[in-house]
Amino acid sequence: MLHIKCPHCGMRSQNEFSYGGDATVKRPELGKEISDQDWDNFVYNRKSLRGKHLELWQHLSGCRQWIKVERDTATHEIFRTLKANEDNS
Amino acid sequence: MDQNFRLSDGGLINRDKKLSFKFNHKTYYGYEGDTLASALIANGVHLIGRSFKYHRPRGFFGAGVDEPYAMVQLYRNGETEPNIKATEQELFEGLEATSVNCWPSVNFDIGAINNFLKIFLPAGFYYKTFMWPKSFWYKVYEPFIRKAAGLGVASIKHDKERYEHKYEYCDLLIAGSGPSGLASAYAAAKNGARVILAEDKARFGGTLLTSEVNIGNKSGKDWAEGIIAELKEMPNVTVKNRSQVFGYYDHNMLVMSERISDHLPKTKKFHPKQRLWYIRAKEVLISSGSIERPIVFGNNDTPGVMLSSAAKEYLKVYGVLVGRNPLIFTNNDSGYETAIEFKKNGVDPTILDTRKDPQSEIINEAKNLGINIKFSYVVVAAKGYKKVKSADIAKISDDKEQLGSVENIKCDCICVSGFWTPTIHLASQSGNKTKFNEEIDAFVPGRSKQNETTLGAANGSYTLEETLKNSFETAYDLSKKITNNDNKISLPNVVEKKSTIHDKFWCVPLPKGKNYKRFLDFQNDVAVSDIEIALKEGYRSIEHVKRYTTLGMATDQGKTSNLNGLQLVSNIENKVVPNVGHTTFRPPYTPVSIGAIVGREVGKHSKPTRKSPMHKWHEQNNAIFVDAGVWLRPRYYKQGNENLFEASKREAKNVRTNVGICDVTTLGKIDIKGPDAAELLNRVYTNAWLKLPVGKARYGVMLREDGIVMDDGTTTRISENHYHMTTTTAQAANVLSHLEYYLQLVWPELNVNVVSTTEQWAGAAVAGPKSRDLLQKLFPKSDVSNEGLPFMGFIEGDLFGVKARIFRISFSGELAYEVNVESDNGNFMWEKIMEVGQEFKIQPYGTEALSTLRIEMGHLAGSELDGRTIPYDNSLEGLLSKKKDFIGKRSLTRKAFTAEDRQKIVGVVPLDKKTSIPEGSHLVKDSNAPLPNPKLGYISASCWSVEHDNPFSLAILKNGKNMIGEKLFVMSPLKNKVIPVEIVSSHYVDPKGERVRS
Repeated sequence: MLHIKCPHCGMRSQNEFSYGGDATVKRPELGKEISDQDWDNFVYNRKSLRGKHLELWQHLSGCRQWIKVERDTATHEIFRTLKANEDNS
Repeated sequence: MDQNFRLSDGGLINRDKKLSFKFNHKTYYGYEGDTLASALIANGVHLIGRSFKYHRPRGFFGAGVDEPYAMVQLYRNGETEPNIKATEQELFEGLEATSVNCWPSVNFDIGAINNFLKIFLPAGFYYKTFMWPKSFWYKVYEPFIRKAAGLGVASIKHDKERYEHKYEYCDLLIAGSGPSGLASAYAAAKNGARVILAEDKARFGGTLLTSEVNIGNKSGKDWAEGIIAELKEMPNVTVKNRSQVFGYYDHNMLVMSERISDHLPKTKKFHPKQRLWYIRAKEVLISSGSIERPIVFGNNDTPGVMLSSAAKEYLKVYGVLVGRNPLIFTNNDSGYETAIEFKKNGVDPTILDTRKDPQSEIINEAKNLGINIKFSYVVVAAKGYKKVKSADIAKISDDKEQLGSVENIKCDCICVSGFWTPTIHLASQSGNKTKFNEEIDAFVPGRSKQNETTLGAANGSYTLEETLKNSFETAYDLSKKITNNDNKISLPNVVEKKSTIHDKFWCVPLPKGKNYKRFLDFQNDVAVSDIEIALKEGYRSIEHVKRYTTLGMATDQGKTSNLNGLQLVSNIENKVVPNVGHTTFRPPYTPVSIGAIVGREVGKHSKPTRKSPMHKWHEQNNAIFVDAGVWLRPRYYKQGNENLFEASKREAKNVRTNVGICDVTTLGKIDIKGPDAAELLNRVYTNAWLKLPVGKARYGVMLREDGIVMDDGTTTRISENHYHMTTTTAQAANVLSHLEYYLQLVWPELNVNVVSTTEQWAGAAVAGPKSRDLLQKLFPKSDVSNEGLPFMGFIEGDLFGVKARIFRISFSGELAYEVNVESDNGNFMWEKIMEVGQEFKIQPYGTEALSTLRIEMGHLAGSELDGRTIPYDNSLEGLLSKKKDFIGKRSLTRKAFTAEDRQKIVGVVPLDKKTSIPEGSHLVKDSNAPLPNPKLGYISASCWSVEHDNPFSLAILKNGKNMIGEKLFVMSPLKNKVIPVEIVSSHYVDPKGERVRS
């Protein structure tokens, strides 16, 4: 079970969180024209990375905040966690 | 006859407490402190079961967790448990056990014929032998294999025992209480660290209990006892015996199973049987010791062949002789320790040492005791079927390839020592890249991945002094880092016998003309010849060899077989062992009972049960409940001898003719506040929300980004910047997360807050043509006329002094209202409505009637919004705004979603107007078409229409738009039904929706 540092609450067990997928995906702006391919990429197409992955988790049984977690998908090492509005770079 | 093989004194058992037990229905006696194994051996019982594949007789091989053979079916307090290791099961008064994997009995086992048919059971025999003819598999081969193979029998009864889970945090978790475990626990505890020390066995001390060593002028055993006593007194230390740390998971989370009651005849009241510990440790010290390695020789599975360390443990811990005429077969000094123990207890052993001329302190001691030692000698084969009777032995050449002439010597047991294999399972599970240590011919932990350190024999360190020194230092360093304390314990003086190097010999060659089975994996019956076949057939990777031959795949996970298997593969392949590599170690280290894994989460405790504030009333009024997610909802209210069908029909009819009341508390409710609340709704829902006036509700549909309908419900504008959203019961949690996702991540600029208020409001739907009359009486001060409270209107009212929200919304399709009050007033509201409603013939209705009413109206629920349908499929296309963008809109332009013959919701009526249509049935054009019959659609929901008094169903049907009036067939192969039906509109009752507006 992972041990995730919620930027709002501190170290918590994985079972308080739910997974939310790739955090680098940006939703296309509302009302803007977008090609089929770009829309497909947004809705469906994800890379199944091995290694560092910036991903979303929600602290569901805690503060209910969505957070960003930088995790190694092979080793599960967590490098850092960020608040939703913090910059990834 | 009684305990013939028990020494008159010695051992750590309590001779004052004699216990009786039964094995295979025969009564025996043992002592408190025995294991089932030691008590059986004390009684001279060595035949304990039959082997997995060939059904060869099986005895005892080890004395603990490494035991591959001695598994029994255990009976305790009216329950039975399969595959309990006799070497681990502590004896208690009245214990009963039987052999597993033998039929009809352990002495006469029909499956043993496999031993003579073994030519048909080589490596991969499952894959080869039983593949043809194909039809034989189910009828002949599989039942035969199932009967013949396999181990114990699982109980089919409900397990009445209690199992618990516990979460714990500590600075240092120490797995194993041998010398390194004790030393490191002591050093860390004295330095102020929070320590958990876990010992798998009942007794602490590990090898200190059986070794002739001295620590701080005390015997090893006494030193261990002193340390444990001191640790138990310390507030920062938790000391646990009968506790196996079996899994090392991510982020230093380890799981340990504690056997609290397994050694007792009966679990004490209010105690659990076992407890599973989830331990998050800052640092982990693995002091799991090592397991003695067998040497491979002919018939090395015969009962009476066992590890020399096990023989010593039976002697020193239990005061039991495994034989009176022992043969010790060793390639290192450990075998001598066992021989010396035998000699000291008046038994004359013979030692066969594969080495030519080894010199050490302990060998000299054996010589001085007059023990018969044969150097450069090996056991070629054990003789005897159900117990060792003699051994064929021979001199072996210096290159270990040629055998001299074979001679036979009498013996009643063969104690084998092929040196030691560090127990690296936990380190490997943590991700540690293990490395091969040439000096000890075994893998040891390499670079740590997590915060783990392996100490002592588990790390390949076989001298006590070095082990203690490293353990004291490591634990001091680690605890200092954590606690910043600086209390260092000085190393006590250590006296131990010096030993010399072992011989890398591990497998005795076959003598000319002999074809003895030489076993590597004793539990899965994998012999040298099986590995040879696998390699000959082209298997190379050790992972493939493992799966093809089943080497190391049994419940003992190859604790005694892995390294010899690797040696063999590397010999044949002409590689060195590290290049062959070992297979991956995975948790659990030892089998863990399902009960412990599940813990308290069984039956009703598997999830929380949520009840509405009116639950008591429902109970008192004969409600029959149904699980709706985690909620308990009344399905129907039973009157007299009514069944479900009759009751729901009565309830639904009463709604259509008079008035009914239904508990709708379970609906998800979300409070939405903020200046941008309308904008959020406008983006989340498919229809327009910006112009909804205060005091009005609107029906909305929300999509996922892929265009699939996520949920539907009504949202009401309570005041300028305040909305009350309802969701379906099932999707309540998901919708809240969905809103939070968009507010926190996608559109953080929106100034809106959302919070779940599901539990704050109790809700009652009041539905039926007389509902307005009833409402008028409930709220005499409010204007609830069609003008004062029109369809989709909202007002606040006063219900006999209680503040209430009144929404004019309808799921039943009748003139209807939903009344909400604060949860604490829920019961008051319900009782008041029932009381005032008497004159209007009010009746409560449950979920079954609710379904009937919504189905015949063509209203949607979870069976239509099932995660596979888009708005069009549910005739919701009218709710799709063309003027604005919303979540999922772009996906609706996908080709399949806009196809001419896209599926759409329809109504289905059987032609005979009598036959009920099973939900989930398929719609086909021709009921006689060859299989697979092309499926046109499926039945999503079925009811008995109370309006038309005949069956009616909803279906999602291909090209549904153009199918009204068509005649099709409903097929349900499950229920063996073919029903001719007509397709009608999904709005079977009041298609124009006049009633809700009346």
